[in-house]
Amino acid sequence: MSGRGLFGRIDWLTIFLYAFLVFIGWINIYSTTLSDPNASIFDFSTLYGKQLFFIGVAGVGIIFVLFIETNFFERFASIFYIISIFLLLGLFLFGKTIAGATSWYDLGFFNLQPSELAKVTTALALAKYLSDIQTDIKNRKHQLYALLIILIPAILILPQPDPGSSLIYFSLFFVLFREGFPLYYLGIILVMVTLFAATLMFGTVWIAIALGLLTGVIFVFKKKSTKIPLLPLGGIVILSILFSLSVDFIFENVFEQRHRDRFALWLRLEKDEGKLEEIRKNIGYNTYQSEKAIESGGFFGKGFLEGTRTKGDFVPEQHTDYIFSSVGEEWGFMGTVTVILLFTFFFLRLIFIAERQKNDFSRMYGYGVISILLIHYFINIGMVIGLLPTIGVPLPFFSYGGSGLIFFTMLLFIFLKLDSNRLKDGI
Amino acid sequence: MKKLLLSSIIVIIGFTFIGRLSYLQLFSFSPNQTLEDPAIKAIYDYPERGYVYDRNGELMVANQPAYDVMVIPREVKPLDTLEFCGLLGIDKASFIDKMKKAKIYSPRLPSVLVPQLSKEDYARLQEKMRHFIGFYIQKRSLRYYDTNSAANVLGYISEVNERDLENNPYYVAGELKGRTGIEKQYEEILRGRKGVKFIQKDRFNRDIGPYKNGKLDTLPEQGKEIHITLDKRLQEYGERLMHGKRGGIVAIEPKSGEILAMISGPTYDPALLVGRKRSRNYSKLHYDTISKPTWDRSILAEPSPGSPFKIMNALVALQEGAITPESKFRCYNGFYVGSKKKGCHCGGGTRDMNSGIYQSCNAYFAGTFRKIYENFSSTDKGMDVWEKHMKSFGLGSYLGTDIPTGRPGRIPGKGFYDKWYGDGRWGSSTIISNAIGQGEVAATPLQLANMTAAIANRGYFYTPHIIKNVGSTGAIDSRFTERRETTIDKEHFEPVIGGMANVYKYGTGRWVQVPDIEIAGKTGTVENFVRINGERMQLTDHSVFIAFAPVDNPKIALAVYIENGYYGSRYAGHIASLLIEKYVKGEITRKDLEKRMLEKTLEHEYAKPYSGEPFKINEYVW
Repeated sequence: MSGRGLFGRIDWLTIFLYAFLVFIGWINIYSTTLSDPNASIFDFSTLYGKQLFFIGVAGVGIIFVLFIETNFFERFASIFYIISIFLLLGLFLFGKTIAGATSWYDLGFFNLQPSELAKVTTALALAKYLSDIQTDIKNRKHQLYALLIILIPAILILPQPDPGSSLIYFSLFFVLFREGFPLYYLGIILVMVTLFAATLMFGTVWIAIALGLLTGVIFVFKKKSTKIPLLPLGGIVILSILFSLSVDFIFENVFEQRHRDRFALWLRLEKDEGKLEEIRKNIGYNTYQSEKAIESGGFFGKGFLEGTRTKGDFVPEQHTDYIFSSVGEEWGFMGTVTVILLFTFFFLRLIFIAERQKNDFSRMYGYGVISILLIHYFINIGMVIGLLPTIGVPLPFFSYGGSGLIFFTMLLFIFLKLDSNRLKDGI
Repeated sequence: MKKLLLSSIIVIIGFTFIGRLSYLQLFSFSPNQTLEDPAIKAIYDYPERGYVYDRNGELMVANQPAYDVMVIPREVKPLDTLEFCGLLGIDKASFIDKMKKAKIYSPRLPSVLVPQLSKEDYARLQEKMRHFIGFYIQKRSLRYYDTNSAANVLGYISEVNERDLENNPYYVAGELKGRTGIEKQYEEILRGRKGVKFIQKDRFNRDIGPYKNGKLDTLPEQGKEIHITLDKRLQEYGERLMHGKRGGIVAIEPKSGEILAMISGPTYDPALLVGRKRSRNYSKLHYDTISKPTWDRSILAEPSPGSPFKIMNALVALQEGAITPESKFRCYNGFYVGSKKKGCHCGGGTRDMNSGIYQSCNAYFAGTFRKIYENFSSTDKGMDVWEKHMKSFGLGSYLGTDIPTGRPGRIPGKGFYDKWYGDGRWGSSTIISNAIGQGEVAATPLQLANMTAAIANRGYFYTPHIIKNVGSTGAIDSRFTERRETTIDKEHFEPVIGGMANVYKYGTGRWVQVPDIEIAGKTGTVENFVRINGERMQLTDHSVFIAFAPVDNPKIALAVYIENGYYGSRYAGHIASLLIEKYVKGEITRKDLEKRMLEKTLEHEYAKPYSGEPFKINEYVW
């Protein structure tokens, strides 16, 4: 086997899917940002020209990654992580503010967004920690350390403010679950999310009544022989009610009005139809326009460069976060479903690759990659098609932006590099 | 489990997304994209509606400009409402109401705020218009009538309603559409086709160029003028003669089936249904349920035809060989049905066909009618043959004209009587009233005129129609140029027409002769009843007359039916003779008669049943 070079061992199917997604993404950026049809596609003063340049940079990055020695990533994972934590801290002193968020370093020719870099390094660090021979996932203390690796960058990013990026780190829980982290943590998260939504919709009083009834039901229908552990049950009920109260407090006192409006729209909290419509037109304007643009595409779409709403700039931020609405308008249902299927296939392929790793580090890192890409995809498209509230995260490989594209590419190709080496790891 | 967790989540997300996308792109998708897209604005270019000319090229309907005040709600900036309302001539409450409606219809599409300003209001408003942002004035064209006649024939146009918009994607709110008459029938020819220009807009509603480089844009297609078969002068004259009278008149050119005049009394000036006062005037006309000016009696009224129908029975009897022209029947100042005597005004004596017709002898035709049925082994068979002959004259069914409304009249068949009396429980005696046009038969004035034209042609007719040319020479539907044969042979017409000609020379119509024109006609006096507040009362007879002239080379065939005009020659006969003279000679020699007919009204007759007091009918007073 050692006779086959890197090109024989790398997973070409994934590379093909990656290239295809990048290509479709660029096509749509071209259509969205085109203003002068006679300009060259290599005109770097245009956004699509710049994106083409970023694709080139990403290509160089790919070559760079593929020729680094495989062990490099595992060996230096901790150092990368610490560097990126310092970079995140440094933002508080030297950060550049763009659009209200202090998330960038101004490098002159390029704005570096350390939260993008930190996604890669956190995934590496988590994999490194969990694959350490001394780490035991069943051990509470080790679980806490693993959680800290995820939470530190998330908490540092939150006050930039960039809650969207912060949310991304929570997806790394999937790595933990894959590696044997108890699944009831997932249950707890789901209960908390449900309680959060239910509190907003019905209020703490009803939550308390519902929990009381539920406890009553458990007592009525229990088997005579079963003993109910009273103390923990009571504790859970009280904790739930406290959580519910804190949700109220946070919602009213910590959230800003625009956040409250987003939830009011998403959960239909506002009962006054007129006010709801008002919110829809202000806070929900982007989503409303993006839904309408997608809807107007119908089955076949309006055709490449024929999207009237795209041309008329009806969807704000269409080339970045709302790029998928352009797919919907110009390529129709056929286009959108193709993209969804491509992503689905892409993710399943990555899981397949992750599972075939013999090296724990490679597998864990692979899961980190999948989790991070997946949550971007989920939040972004969910928001664009109106299923989720507005949370600004880019669509991997699609959205306009250098940092995003380059770091997503690094994230992916480090994994492919590790994969290409899997047979050697076995020795 | 832990290995499958993430894969399942990926697949579930995929399905959820595809489900949502199906809802958006397949379920909510509306195919009417170009019009609903806020990024595309359609600008219309309306062609002028086609003019209408009469058979001699005289203008009847043209256009005049009018100005609509339009509003695009989302572009409206705060304004001096009071001043604006003052200029528009509306009050503030209705302004607010209209603005609300416009907003509900669409915040970004134009709605009509105030339709059809007069030229004066427009001039006043135009100077100040720039202060009112979000409003603009759109020029439209309204109908202008160069005649005060033929309102029901010409019909009117009005703004499309929501149902029209749903049914026909061509129309856009605020456009006009033919509602009745030829405006409705020839809507697409007169209307032409509006041109459209699509403009691509950005989200600030600024024009950013033509949509698809103007590939979908169209040029307006001019509305075509049409020439109709009416003779404007005859029509106007006929309507003047109908002054103060109710009834219908239809005149047809026998050799072509062209309708020369179609008059309904009372009528109204077509200009009433134009412009801003249209809806008020329309309500006034529409809710006049006693004289019913919008109810076109010439095509919708279905009275019993009366004596003119005797001619039809004579033709059927001749065709079936039941009688010859020389067959004689005795009149006992009436005739007997069983032991019951029915009266006759002819004076009694022995009658043959010629004198039977010109004296309108009831007994002669009762005998003839019985003979038809005696010719067959059963009444049912006789009935079928009789019905077939009658229907071949276009009686008892829709004629298939190009007038968008009408009634079929009635020629009863055996099924009708089986239902009425029971199978086998009726015979020619039971239905003997049909012999003299009084029984169950019914016909519109248009059908009577067409029947007269078929007689004038000695056995055929052309479907009556109102269209002469599309454009100035264009062809018309071939169904109007196809000869329709009746089932009566040519030779049987001569004896009947001889009788009809004698109606003028010696008979019931001798009072209404026209010098130098030989007319064939037949009077009719139709008993009629009305039910008012549940009480059935008999009113003065309807006066009916059919005629064609000249006898040898018929140029005009007409039917006149005057409600409660008493005997046939009294009103209908006089009016028919004046119309024939006017049409054939071009001028009236009998000025006294003309004056009398123009001045006389029947309002006193029409008031009788509503007076609440007992009244006399069929009075001889003039």
